[in-house]
Amino acid sequence: MNPLAHLGQFVVKRADGAGFVCELLLRTALYTPRLRRRLRFMLDTAYNAGVRSLPVTMVVAAFAGAILAMQTGIELRRFGDTAVLGTITALSMCREMGPFITGVILAATVGSSIAAEIGTMTVSDEVAALEVMSIDPVDYLVLPRVVALALMCPILTVLSNLIGIFGGSVIAEHNLGVSPQLYWVSAKEALTSSGMLLPKEVYVGLLKAFVFGIAIATVSCAAGLRAAGGALGVGLAVQTAVRNSVLLIIVLGFIVTWFFYFLAG
Amino acid sequence: MIELRDVSKRLGSRQILAGMTLAVKKGMNFVLMGPSGSGKSVTLRHVIGILRPDQGVVLVDGQEVSAMDNKQLMALRKRMGYLFQNGALINWLSVFDNVALPLREHARLPKSELEDRVQQVLRLVKLDHAAAQFPPSISGGMKLRAGLARALVTNPEYVLYDEPNAGLDPIISHQIHELIAQVRDELNVTGLIVTHSRACATQCGDRIGILENGKLAIEGSVAEMVQSEHPLARAFLGGGSD
Ligand SMILES: Nc1ncnc2c1ncn2[C@@H]1O[C@H](COP(=O)(O)OP(=O)(O)OP(=O)(O)O)[C@@H](O)[C@H]1O
Ligand SMILES: [Mg+2]
Repeated sequence: MNPLAHLGQFVVKRADGAGFVCELLLRTALYTPRLRRRLRFMLDTAYNAGVRSLPVTMVVAAFAGAILAMQTGIELRRFGDTAVLGTITALSMCREMGPFITGVILAATVGSSIAAEIGTMTVSDEVAALEVMSIDPVDYLVLPRVVALALMCPILTVLSNLIGIFGGSVIAEHNLGVSPQLYWVSAKEALTSSGMLLPKEVYVGLLKAFVFGIAIATVSCAAGLRAAGGALGVGLAVQTAVRNSVLLIIVLGFIVTWFFYFLAG
Repeated sequence: MIELRDVSKRLGSRQILAGMTLAVKKGMNFVLMGPSGSGKSVTLRHVIGILRPDQGVVLVDGQEVSAMDNKQLMALRKRMGYLFQNGALINWLSVFDNVALPLREHARLPKSELEDRVQQVLRLVKLDHAAAQFPPSISGGMKLRAGLARALVTNPEYVLYDEPNAGLDPIISHQIHELIAQVRDELNVTGLIVTHSRACATQCGDRIGILENGKLAIEGSVAEMVQSEHPLARAFLGGGSD
């Protein structure tokens, strides 16, 4: 096939997929007033998502905080200004790293399992069975999962932030010679000294986490609902879900920071 | 009355249905037979509006299913039951909750009434002892019967059965055939039954049609079809089949 036609087909396929995700998100939003009926299932999903991803998220968060402290510490040491290490680690953890790693881990653990679960339902006619019973799969399957992750991602992010700042403190003390007291005092100060109760970084980070949760769930449900062709199709759906989730986490993360610090900031 | 008029449908690169015409009279059971992959399940999906034809029309009680919007489809589906080929149960719901699902979603029944109704249908398909079990831990035959219970629980006017006896032992099979006939006779339910089984076709059918190359190759009453010398009729309904 000629490369141009190939490219054209690729673009059409991607655009079609993106259109489906947007439509799904919109239809999910329209069902939110009726969330009460799915509350139980939503809470179950949120709880499972939290439990399943908590251990990995915490390990990764600790290392991410340590890397952050090392990275900034190495530069700060050259200027002999390691006293602000706590401040920088705390703020970058809250604004960038915390939501980012939580999102990626959620995509890999929960997003993949959502795609597998809904994909299996699609290829074994269970989704069709819902439609035949006049139960909209968006209402029954997608809505509770999207709300669950929109809720869970910020909660996990708060924990990630704390563990990450802690991970940074270990490096600060042992490798950069910053006393724990100084580190924690500057970190605490950075996270409290603000007219808005918490500094902007924390709010922006939580907003990101909320957006990531919605994106991961929507993209993963969409991949599952579009699965076709038996077990192989389910495998492909999982792959699509994780790939698109990570892609969106990076792009949306950029857009949110850019919006609040360069456009509106 | 269910009618397909000259329905054609292409899926992927294959022409599945080509000029399919079929009529199921009110209160009758129409048995649809045919080779694997000939489009029997696809036909059922057209009747309930999950698939729309490329050409031709699908009518239920004179209303064009192929032209319905979502609201009309929902109204239609509330009057129809659909038994999927493998039951298509929701894995995280117990057998009881699976059967109760359509009632819980749509009918505002008091709890006790709902439970009575579900128990009643479960008894009908001989599954009352397994109400608390979950789909992954029950046999294929039990899943099918749970699917049948779910299709019947809303008291539909029409039921589409996709292989209602696949994977069932002869005794349960026979009971299911009787049940399908009973549902027709006592509740005046109109049925479209897909099956490979001669026993099923002769015990619960009124008319039989055999699908080949995208349309009915031969159609007739059960008596006519059993006597027919047509090679397809011999293959599906002859003495050696089943
Ligand atoms: N969504 C789809 N996309 C592409 N092809 C499909 C789709 N659904 C069904 N087909 C194809 O259509 C053909 C007919 O399928 P159908 O399920 O109706 O067969 P069937 O007559 O019910 O066979 P069986 O007795 O094995 O159940 C098959 O070849 C199948 O691969
Ligand atoms: Mg079939």
